[in-house]
Amino acid sequence: MSRQPYVRPMSTTTWYMRNGRYKVYVLRELSSFLVTFYSFLTISALAALAANSPDKWDAFLASQQATGMMVFHGLALLYFLFFQTFPWFKLAPKAMPVYMGEKKLPDSYIIIGHYVAWVVVSVFILWLAGVI
Amino acid sequence: MSTRTRTLELEIMRYDPEKDKEPWFQTYTVPCIEDWVILDAINYVKENLDTTLAYRWSCHMMVCGSCGMMVNGEPALTCKTFIRELPDKVRIEPLENFPIERDLVVVLDDVIQKLHKVQPYIIRKDPPPAEDQEYIQTRGQLAIFKQLTMCINCMCCYAACPQYGLDKNFIGPAALALAHRYNRDNRDQGKSDRLDILADHDGVWDCSFVGACSEVCPKHVDPAAAIQQMKIDGAMEFWKQKMGIPGDKS
Repeated sequence: MSRQPYVRPMSTTTWYMRNGRYKVYVLRELSSFLVTFYSFLTISALAALAANSPDKWDAFLASQQATGMMVFHGLALLYFLFFQTFPWFKLAPKAMPVYMGEKKLPDSYIIIGHYVAWVVVSVFILWLAGVI
Repeated sequence: MSTRTRTLELEIMRYDPEKDKEPWFQTYTVPCIEDWVILDAINYVKENLDTTLAYRWSCHMMVCGSCGMMVNGEPALTCKTFIRELPDKVRIEPLENFPIERDLVVVLDDVIQKLHKVQPYIIRKDPPPAEDQEYIQTRGQLAIFKQLTMCINCMCCYAACPQYGLDKNFIGPAALALAHRYNRDNRDQGKSDRLDILADHDGVWDCSFVGACSEVCPKHVDPAAAIQQMKIDGAMEFWKQKMGIPGDKS
């Protein structure tokens, strides 16, 4: 009897359509486009600052406060929350389990710790920015 | 125990390397008892409807790890998948991401090689304890890797992993979890021996944390967590070396 194993082809471009789990993963990874966008936005903000011209900086701020841009930032925030913050915080105890003797620290402690740190850092940044 | 019966339509992937160019589906109508698992239904087909069907199984109790198959597109141990949890039509395929040897039997050679590659055994640099003594391991030291010892090599994790599907060089979930099991064992001193394989491009860094391996694992081994922990260990080791801090003795 001859061996002739059959290799099922896997599409390199549409494999993530196979199940919901993969689709969620790809949606998470797609946020890299937003990261790219915000990288360029930061660079343009720095360029406006480096120009040493108050007009350029004001124009940059005004462009970010336009309605369309505010909606975009809001949607981007939601996207990051649902596809990055929530899932990653949920997974944090897997990546860094804490053992006290033979007892594992409950996952919820690590997750809550992340949310607390997130709130503290956010409040600090808002304070630094003069918002609060 | 319920004796309620139910008729199940089993669509089973068939492939005979001597006859078929590619796999195809054959449908069997199987009178099942509600408390059966899918493996019982496949056994019914083999015993009563079609003796030519090829598949692997042994213990029927989630120990041997040989009856892993795709059940309605999900990798699962067929001895653990109850019929009462499934619709009337069930599609059974061989584990994804592996070549099909025949019908539901897949070729596992690649993964077996990878399991060997990570040196899954205790490596000692220091001499072992004297003959009248033994290795000391506290319950706390055991707790940090015990779950990883539960793997039965059913390879459901490999079938769920798109990274392995796309790149066969990736060492993959079960082998990496097994390496982590030994790296975390206080009796082992072989962490640095495994580092070259694990920190290589085909090792832990090839994992993009889809997390599917852990979700399908019938023994809750959580290979995805093990791989992320190894990434942290690897990064720590890298910075320790950069800063001239001596790493683990192992």
